[in-house]
Amino acid sequence: MLKQRPFLIETLTAIGLIAAPFVLPYLGFAPNTVNRILVWGLFGLGFDILFGFTGLLSFGQSAFYGTGGFVAAYLLTRTGFGSVVGALVIGMIAAAVTGYLIGLIALRRTGIYFAMITVAIAEVFFFVEFNPLSDWTGGENGLPGVPTPTLNLGFTTFAFSNGWSLYIFIALCYFIGMMIALRIVRSPVGAIFSAIRDNPLRATAVGHNIHGYKLTAFVIAAAYAGFAGGLLGVLQAFMPPDAFTFDTSGQLVMQTAIGGRGTLFGPLVGAAVWLFLQDFLQAAVGMGAAWKLVLGIVFVLLVCFLRGGIVGGLVTLYRLLMGKRTKASAEEAAPTGLVAVAKQKAAEAERPRRSLSAAATIPHAKRGNGSGPLLRATGLTKHYGGVAANSDIDFTVNRGELHGIIGPNGAGKSTFFKMLTCEIPPTSGSIVFDGRDITGMNVTDVCQLGLTKSYQVNQLFSGLTVRDNIVISALSQLRGRFKLDMFRSLDAIPGLNEQVEHTLALVNLSSRPQTPVSELAYGEKRRLEIGLALATSPSLLLLDEPLAGMSPRERVETVNLLKSISRDRTMIIIDHDMDALFELAERVTVLQEGRVLTEGTPEEIRGSAAVQEAYLGGVHGVINP
Amino acid sequence: MISWPNFVSQVFNGLALGALLALISSGLTIIYGTLGVLNLAHGAMFMIGGYAGFVAFQYTGSFLVAVIAGSLFVMILGVVMERVIIRHFYQRPDEDQLLVTFGLGICFVEIVRLIFTSQSLVVPPPPLFRGITNLGFAFYPTYRLAVVGIVAVALGALFLALYRTRLGMIVRAGIEDSVMVASLGINVYRVFMIVFGIGAMAAGFAGIVNAPVVSLTPGVGDDILVETFVVVVIGGVGSFPGAILGGLIAGEIISITSMFNPGYAYVMLFAAMTLVLVVRPHGLLGVQGRE
Repeated sequence: MLKQRPFLIETLTAIGLIAAPFVLPYLGFAPNTVNRILVWGLFGLGFDILFGFTGLLSFGQSAFYGTGGFVAAYLLTRTGFGSVVGALVIGMIAAAVTGYLIGLIALRRTGIYFAMITVAIAEVFFFVEFNPLSDWTGGENGLPGVPTPTLNLGFTTFAFSNGWSLYIFIALCYFIGMMIALRIVRSPVGAIFSAIRDNPLRATAVGHNIHGYKLTAFVIAAAYAGFAGGLLGVLQAFMPPDAFTFDTSGQLVMQTAIGGRGTLFGPLVGAAVWLFLQDFLQAAVGMGAAWKLVLGIVFVLLVCFLRGGIVGGLVTLYRLLMGKRTKASAEEAAPTGLVAVAKQKAAEAERPRRSLSAAATIPHAKRGNGSGPLLRATGLTKHYGGVAANSDIDFTVNRGELHGIIGPNGAGKSTFFKMLTCEIPPTSGSIVFDGRDITGMNVTDVCQLGLTKSYQVNQLFSGLTVRDNIVISALSQLRGRFKLDMFRSLDAIPGLNEQVEHTLALVNLSSRPQTPVSELAYGEKRRLEIGLALATSPSLLLLDEPLAGMSPRERVETVNLLKSISRDRTMIIIDHDMDALFELAERVTVLQEGRVLTEGTPEEIRGSAAVQEAYLGGVHGVINP
Repeated sequence: MISWPNFVSQVFNGLALGALLALISSGLTIIYGTLGVLNLAHGAMFMIGGYAGFVAFQYTGSFLVAVIAGSLFVMILGVVMERVIIRHFYQRPDEDQLLVTFGLGICFVEIVRLIFTSQSLVVPPPPLFRGITNLGFAFYPTYRLAVVGIVAVALGALFLALYRTRLGMIVRAGIEDSVMVASLGINVYRVFMIVFGIGAMAAGFAGIVNAPVVSLTPGVGDDILVETFVVVVIGGVGSFPGAILGGLIAGEIISITSMFNPGYAYVMLFAAMTLVLVVRPHGLLGVQGRE
């Protein structure tokens, strides 16, 4: 939605900000209230990038709001620093640096731990402001006398002193803040933020250093908070110590959730609702202190019933209204019943050829050449407590080979794969990939080297579209594990579109790139799962039960898909469907009880008495070893 | 200014605070461990325990009745909260659970503020524990000593409930793997409800026991909640022994630092938390891999 019409949101924001002073007074908003809403909105832009886009819920943003605010206010009131804008920027930088240091600690953990740590940190800042630093911050008195900005044009000086004239300055700040936030959200970094929110495990596995990106989001949020904190001092001509309170963080969280997370405008809308209701309930209805209870109830109800907040609700409503129209036209276009089956059959007949051409042109990183071993595992062993999941496995895959692995349930196949992709470290043994010892490396670096896996249980970015899923995966190969190109558009990355289109064609999802993953059928999700691994352009692709749970027809399709993608890459496939695996694989390894039982060509395995014993008489071996 | 008697009485203060924190934190941690929900309204539960006890005390004049009423009221509140709202959030992301409990906490605080105003209220200690005890080397308020004993008994009861009963066994198994427990034919949702009630009751009990030490205000739970978080991070999420150890550590850090300069109490507490996070990211007694 954000991408389709360029500059639409920017234009609408500008129009809204220009129109506000002419419209809002009629709705009962005083200029001072509007300015406060904008400061909260700017504060919330950074927070929404952290919470709405990256999925990190911090209850400690007051620490950075206060830090930025007090640094700016101190410069302006105690040191005779002349430039208001300069002081705001220095405050912002101070908050960003603080955010970096705090992020190093807080981001050691995720989820609720992260939330708890941020609360604790913010509380520390509050106490530090009040006591050890009170000589600089004024303690509980705050810092009075913060000046407002002036603009010297040479011939005349324009003072943004109060009311609507100050609004011009703050609105300009908000507009610039919104421009920057939109660029960040639309950049590759922004795409990876969403990936972290939806599935951090997979974001790591496709080769992104998510810790670095989380820290980036945290610093961005801190910088916005710092600038907004400075503006608060300018707005009130006084830097209040309560900027540091837990209530400030809490109010920001609530406003963002009320307005709608992940929308950038949510915090602004939430702040407008909050401040309007506060004034309205206190003054007009005369509820006194009860206004906060009303807001609390509104907040709880919204969290329970309207997860996307007000803006999210409006977007859903808009889609519903628009959806009726597009649905009608879609039904016309969509073939139904028998026609569909016939068309699908025709498409199927065509597929292998189409996929083949796609496979031939997809750029991929097949490092080195020749036919020697690409992967060699020696003496690979994994113990869980006293249980040996894998013992002393020696395993080699040659370049260009399609290697199958079979074995009864509990043979240790998935554990073996997890060790190869470095998701779990082996207890002993070593893995050499493409001439390099990768034992003990992490899954991100291994993926960057060209070794990745498609999961037995789908690990998709379920909140995003099919295309965005593939984009996130393709970005890791095109940009490396960590890169801060926050202001680059996704379209400006050379080769990205080609690679995404090729991958989509390869897994036969070209027809529905904009479909949300949650609306895909199971077989399509399975193909997307393979596509996510393929889009990183691996030179060695591991597939953990790619056929699991598929209907017979989907199996046939997927086997064709696997054939076509195996043409110029090395693959290892685990599956229980032996007919399919024997048809695909050139060599097959049989695992049993964590050990290699035998290895050979499909014909040899088919005829092996030991393998038949393992499958049919395996029970005997377990009971009476 | 810093003398031995002073130091010793601060150590006792730390013990009293630490015991309280241990009790509140164990409530928080068993709820999180079993249900996977971090209850941000836990501080409000602590506060409501105090107020409910205050009301009971007004009517009966008995501290014992106040303690029982305060605990039971909060337990019932916890059960209702779980049944009506929390239950619908088990399948939703962590953030939503945090948001909804945070919002509920604010509602509770504001309702209490509406009824009792922001004015601070006092519950006197029971006659048995009034006055000052001569420890030989220092004089110390009797009730604070009693708090340590009362909370120790409560923690003991919680320990017995967790480690010596069938329900406790189910709860501990649920902390390890609630899906497995469910598939063994145990109605985990009923267990969840009971655990939420017990966890809330621990906070409510602490709230009324603490009321004679610190006067009651609607915001009394807010600081406690933050301290509880630090306790849980230090001790390890989901660990009952961790909550006790973390509580005692946090209590002593706050008290002893306050002797030198109260302004640094939280700074030191935070420093300790950071140290634990760096050295043992899963907490002193936490188990790896549980988030």
